[in-house]
Amino acid sequence: MKYIDEYRDAGLAQSIAQAIRARVTRPWVLMEICGGQTHAIMRYGLDELLPPEIELVHGPGCPVCVAPLEIIDKALSIAARPEVIFVSYGDMLRVPGSQTDLFRVKAAGGDVRIAYSPMDAVKLARENPSRQVVFFGIGFETTAPANAMAVWQAKQEGLRNFSMLAAHVLVPPAMRAILGSPACRVQGLIAPGHVCAVMGWREYQDLAHEFRLPVVIGGFEPVDLLEAIRLLVAQLEEGRAEVENQYVRSVTREGNQAAQRIMAKVFEVCDQKWRGIGAIPASGYRIRREFADYDAERIFGTDQITAEEPKECISALVLQGLKKPADCAAFGARCTPESPLGAPMVSSEGVCAAHYAYRRRAPRIEEGCRP
Amino acid sequence: MNPFVCPAPLSTRDTVLLGHGSGGKLSAELLRDVFLPAFANPVLDRLEDQASISVGCARLAFTTDSFVVKPLFFRGGDIGSLAVHGTVNDLAVGGARPLYLSAAFILEEGFPMEALRRIVESMTAAARQAGVEIVTGDTKVVERGSGDGVYINTTGIGLMRDGLNLSAGSATPGDAVILSGSLGDHGIAILSEREGLELESEVRSDSAALNTLVDAMLDASLHVRCMRDPTRGGLASTLNEIAAQSRVGIEIDERTIRVNDAVRGACELLGFDPLYVANEGKLAAVVEREAVDAIVEAMRRHPLGRDASIIGSVTRTHPGMVTMRTAFGTTRIVDMLAGDQLPRIC
Amino acid sequence: MCLAVPGKVLESTDVGLNRIAKVQFGGVTRNVYLDLLPEAGVGDYVLVHVGFAISKIDEAEAHRTYALLEELGANLDNEEDAADAARPPEGGA
Repeated sequence: MKYIDEYRDAGLAQSIAQAIRARVTRPWVLMEICGGQTHAIMRYGLDELLPPEIELVHGPGCPVCVAPLEIIDKALSIAARPEVIFVSYGDMLRVPGSQTDLFRVKAAGGDVRIAYSPMDAVKLARENPSRQVVFFGIGFETTAPANAMAVWQAKQEGLRNFSMLAAHVLVPPAMRAILGSPACRVQGLIAPGHVCAVMGWREYQDLAHEFRLPVVIGGFEPVDLLEAIRLLVAQLEEGRAEVENQYVRSVTREGNQAAQRIMAKVFEVCDQKWRGIGAIPASGYRIRREFADYDAERIFGTDQITAEEPKECISALVLQGLKKPADCAAFGARCTPESPLGAPMVSSEGVCAAHYAYRRRAPRIEEGCRP
Repeated sequence: MNPFVCPAPLSTRDTVLLGHGSGGKLSAELLRDVFLPAFANPVLDRLEDQASISVGCARLAFTTDSFVVKPLFFRGGDIGSLAVHGTVNDLAVGGARPLYLSAAFILEEGFPMEALRRIVESMTAAARQAGVEIVTGDTKVVERGSGDGVYINTTGIGLMRDGLNLSAGSATPGDAVILSGSLGDHGIAILSEREGLELESEVRSDSAALNTLVDAMLDASLHVRCMRDPTRGGLASTLNEIAAQSRVGIEIDERTIRVNDAVRGACELLGFDPLYVANEGKLAAVVEREAVDAIVEAMRRHPLGRDASIIGSVTRTHPGMVTMRTAFGTTRIVDMLAGDQLPRIC
Repeated sequence: MCLAVPGKVLESTDVGLNRIAKVQFGGVTRNVYLDLLPEAGVGDYVLVHVGFAISKIDEAEAHRTYALLEELGANLDNEEDAADAARPPEGGA
């Protein structure tokens, strides 16, 4: 597959890793922000190719993991309603709320469906005029334009039975919060390539200047990630702190203007709670008042729903890169993909799930049969 | 749109979930917690794909499988041919010559007769090709809304080959792991025809009877430890089951795993790993190292085994765990999934 | 986050309010909304996320930067070969 296969070339990956080994003279702590990048690093074992001086710390780039507990609870309460067809991306189905999750709601009779695209939900609304179709609009800036399009389209078509439960989160404000924390050890950042494909990389220039650290916009394939790391290491070794774009084939400085326009039309920036991190000002999108008829929170009156995070899950610290999954006492023991305590273990992009699936540090292999 | 499958872990199990039928960890749990304790007996407890029983001086293999696939008709097959192939294969990979099948139908009131005829014709053709006879059956009809068109159960009986004692518990460090061909064709063929995903592809299900391929393998050598057809849950689940039952580690090499272009494209789009996608005409085998070349050669001479290759080996390190050497020379774990893979955006 | 896959635009049509393209990903094709990428045309490679094209692949840039990477690889090989050649031969008692 073009633009995938050549970026998985083992020989090229090895060369870049070799170049990194040759260049590095002291320890560096790098963070890759995006869950998809974490996933790729774990799946291909890229960290094994890096010299020991490079420590990779995983950031909060998993919109599933950072969706606050209360939005999950709101989703669950809406999904349980008999008149509702609740449509969600597959990723959200397993995430535990305070009491239950979407699968259990489905098993109890709720009409919960998976969509590959938010337009599938609009189609469902068109085809089921007597039902209320609610779409669970989560995601970073990569997904927000598509979610916005669905709302815009529903309004254009005059649909009366479509709404979105919006839970969008924005990367730069979260990075500001993490980088601004005194405990933060991150010295270089791999910025999320697909978020930047939409938003451009202007905001990351500000981050680089504000925190005096190098930022490289990175893609998602092994060659992309290794090259992004190589560029970061070069900057660090040379004492530079600039923004560089490794993912030039998909990212421009200005980003996708049409996508930014539709988001501005449908959404407005608001303060947002991040699961495990807390409230970060101006870090989310809510649906504008002009589209109030398509805002599930307004329609279903879910304001009263609030929630408390379980104490045992240290997602907060893991999502900020302050702890690794293996540092958590519950990792692989009380917290596993089958019985997750927190979102980073449930989401396929979650750092805990990625570590558990691909690179368990503390394998719980008993001598006997595993059930 | 609903290719609804459950990936589904929950910490309390007070209801049956879709994931319990996926062939992954949840299915194993259901078996362990509900069925095994109740039905306990030495034959069942061996947990092979088929039961091996002695009746007089005959060693028989006995197996059952139910088919609930949606859509009913797909490129490369239908629920009928699948129902024949599935049970024939369970017998064959146990080292038995499949002889007789039963076929039980649960039909939904209102199901079109024409569709039923097509399914039955398909079963007849599949059975003839596999050399088995459908000798008994049953039909039930449930009220409109209570079924899904049609569900089929097939149960099969076969005669164990002499001198053969296959078991998923007998993989030994040093053994070789073989795969008969490409991964993911069936799962993707099904998905691409499901409403809502709207994937256009030429992917055909690989649904096929494997008994003659198995015969070719066993004719070449009886030094086979075990064979499995990696259906739901994919190759990953099958290898994990063997590793667990044999208490050994299994290491496979990513570079030896074949995936067709169309299957790859669909997997990339949906975020699926082909190791976990269902196959219905492939087999994985663990064989003694000395016999592997003869067996692979025999497979490659057979139409269903043209792409057979050695994909890995059994080790004594990390017992119960399956690992994969990636194309980059690094190692990753190939874990058992809890439930099914879901299309993801992340 | 952000599983986005590159694919090739085979054809595109206007359907109601939307612009829809048939995009090829390896051996499968799927309909993709071009509303966020109106400039995309037949033959272009686009990055697709949740059924929408979000970015056009800059093939010239891709080609240029990939060639640089390959050169990097080649240089490293040359350096290695040179280092091997410069090393005194082993052997002797």
